[in-house]
Amino acid sequence: MKIGVVTFPGSLDDRDAQRAVRRAGGEAVALWHGDHDLQGVDAIVLPGGFSYGDYLRCGAIAARSPIMSEIIAAANAGMPVLGICNGFQILVEAHLLPGGLIRNDHGDFVCRDQRLRVENASTAWTSQFDVGQEITIPLKNAEGGFIVDAETLKQIEGEGLVAFRYLDVNPNGSLDDIAGLTNARGNVVGLMPHPEHASEPGFGPDTPDAMRSGTDGLAFFTSVLESALTRV
Amino acid sequence: MPTIVVEVMPKAELLDPAGKAVAGALGRLGKSEFSAVRIGKRFELTLDGEVSEAILAEARDLAADMLSNSVIEDVVRVYVLESATSGASA
Repeated sequence: MKIGVVTFPGSLDDRDAQRAVRRAGGEAVALWHGDHDLQGVDAIVLPGGFSYGDYLRCGAIAARSPIMSEIIAAANAGMPVLGICNGFQILVEAHLLPGGLIRNDHGDFVCRDQRLRVENASTAWTSQFDVGQEITIPLKNAEGGFIVDAETLKQIEGEGLVAFRYLDVNPNGSLDDIAGLTNARGNVVGLMPHPEHASEPGFGPDTPDAMRSGTDGLAFFTSVLESALTRV
Repeated sequence: MPTIVVEVMPKAELLDPAGKAVAGALGRLGKSEFSAVRIGKRFELTLDGEVSEAILAEARDLAADMLSNSVIEDVVRVYVLESATSGASA
């Protein structure tokens, strides 16, 4: 099972995402923004970072990269696509997910281990979770405020398209505490927090058991490995 | 060379944290006559050839499709800059 991780100019967490894929048991394939070739991958991760220096709007220029035409077509055909942080911003700019992400309401960059509630456990990237499960993964961004018009928000909530919600605090002013979304089909998921940074003991968030032992993010990648097996 | 200007503003109903930060600074400077600040963007598209209706239409499409995101922003104005020394006047 091959999971492609796209590197854009300014991607930061592509190598971390590749490592998380391998730790979950998948084969990580490095994809390049300027290519028109998905190299036969079964799923795609758009990693975090600051593609094109966040110029124009976060993710806006990357969303119009050469490889995105193949990714948009593949996503519309059902291929699992996960957008993390800047990758989430790219997904909304590519219109694969609704809404937009704007500067945090308090104006500051925020970096914290963030508690989330899993709201939808039937997507390609969340099937190893339970609905209502609480997980902790790192959050680090300045432009993570999720907004959308009232009508679309009602639709998102009504159709169960909220994948994750912030717990304890709303770190950026997102509407309805929305941390991540799925499309109706469940193959495209985007979220601001970083599951790839909570996939290896010793390098994850603190837990009551031990410092940096949190690996709640690993289930994103094991979920997609399993969903690919059942899809075949 | 002819220049087409595209002006984009964050939607009125949205919080504009950058504008709010500037408004806060104005308050601290005692400029209390200005009650609010909102920050938008201005794009200058320079052409090699002449401006035609087709080029203007293309600029409007570009303004709507790429230079702005209709979820969070509005295109306020698309127009041809008359002066050749765009952006140079004080």
